[in-house]
Amino acid sequence: MTADIDALRPGFENPAPDANAVFRTVLTGFSYPGRILALPIAIAAPPRLNATAAAVLLALADLDAPVWLTADVDTAPLRSWLQFHCGCPLTALREEAVFAVANPDAFGAVDGLAEFAPGRAESPETSTTVIVQVADLRADGAVRLSGPGIAAPRSLAAPPLSPAFWAVLRDNHARFPQGIDVILAAPDRMVCLPRTTLTEG
Amino acid sequence: MSDGLSGYNFAYLDEQTKRMIRRALLKAVAIPGYQVPFAGREMPLPYGWGTGGIQVTAAVIAPGDVLKVIDQGADDTTNAVSIRRFFSRTAGVATTTRTADATLIQTRHRIPERPLTEAQIIVYQVPIPEPLRWMEPRESETKKMHALLEYGVMQVKLYEDIAHLGRITTSYDYPVRVNGHYIMSPSPIPRFDNPKMNQMAALQLFGAGREKRIYAVPPYTRVESLDFDDYPFEIQRWDQHCALCGASDSYLDEMVTDDHGGRLFICSDTDYCGERRAAGHRGDTDLPANPAPRTAP
Repeated sequence: MTADIDALRPGFENPAPDANAVFRTVLTGFSYPGRILALPIAIAAPPRLNATAAAVLLALADLDAPVWLTADVDTAPLRSWLQFHCGCPLTALREEAVFAVANPDAFGAVDGLAEFAPGRAESPETSTTVIVQVADLRADGAVRLSGPGIAAPRSLAAPPLSPAFWAVLRDNHARFPQGIDVILAAPDRMVCLPRTTLTEG
Repeated sequence: MSDGLSGYNFAYLDEQTKRMIRRALLKAVAIPGYQVPFAGREMPLPYGWGTGGIQVTAAVIAPGDVLKVIDQGADDTTNAVSIRRFFSRTAGVATTTRTADATLIQTRHRIPERPLTEAQIIVYQVPIPEPLRWMEPRESETKKMHALLEYGVMQVKLYEDIAHLGRITTSYDYPVRVNGHYIMSPSPIPRFDNPKMNQMAALQLFGAGREKRIYAVPPYTRVESLDFDDYPFEIQRWDQHCALCGASDSYLDEMVTDDHGGRLFICSDTDYCGERRAAGHRGDTDLPANPAPRTAP
């Protein structure tokens, strides 16, 4: 497949500092789960990806990190963009993915969330980090978060995610040390939910 | 990077190496206390000089960071000076010796006395990341033991200390249990520092260069030192105060001052001691500028 260079959106403007800024935001996110963090850079996102999801992939995906795309976002221009900027393999198998991009369905659930790689008992780090694209992130929701990195229990609203999504994440938490890690990506902000975070409500 | 070296990427490592380390760091934070393998690179200094910590720092450090490096609590020892200089040259970042001013602290074998904040990250240099290594030399076995939480041998080791010597004599690298799950080596910090790891506001990252492992303790995470109900964990205590600043709550180093058996106890954390002296605190000992001349018999 040849990329249509004219249609390609640019990647990071300053690769080293931009990748660092996005990584530090994700690191802070996983260190303080539930904290709503602004995307620190501006980026022209490719079709079907929001800027936060695009920035996380640019910062962290490469030839060692296969990416899985949900059918909603899996377009030829996005494939070209990922392969040009990240050089990452694209996989059709959820259990092979280091990163995955998923969208909530019409019921506010994420289909097949439990089928991503949970890692193995002896190597739980070989699990998928799932980027879930959401419309908004607010600290006033019904979902209660607790666990490492959370000094006092936090609240979170992540429309359009529904209780069905949070129920899967609660089961995921119970699998510790195995389990997926989740990045909720709103267009201009993110919340990171490692497997250690207990989600209730 | 105005005064930095040309010909190197920001912070020495290439971007692909940084991404590999960053992915390992994120998984390490998501699995507190678990040792994530990483493809450690050759660094321009020998193993044992903090190659693991340097790689973690290089992957994390941002142009706006203020870096502090300590070696056994001191900012002015060879290892600390050379690592600080390495990053001021390859990343052009500001450096400091003041704990309060630092956003990123790389440490060999101490945690600063001043409590760390959410705005700080501490990076530990780790020689032997595997706490079970002295009981079980095979990596294939220790991986299984961690997976099965098969930690009886560690309790036996501590028990044997009590049986032979009447108390647990492990004084540094004292094993901890993180978030009630994995047993982790805190790196060779004195056990005096272990309680500081518990519920620390700052993110704690650990890098082992020779063994190629990265692990982490997220902020506000339970870190318990292993012990027994009838032999609870205790930290070291001293009868002396710091001879320079009078502190009674800090970790003290013993300094031999002459060949008559003269000795002083002073703070291991040079910044803490200096801050206290600047605030007017004084120790019991008036430290002479030079040792008193020896009188002929």
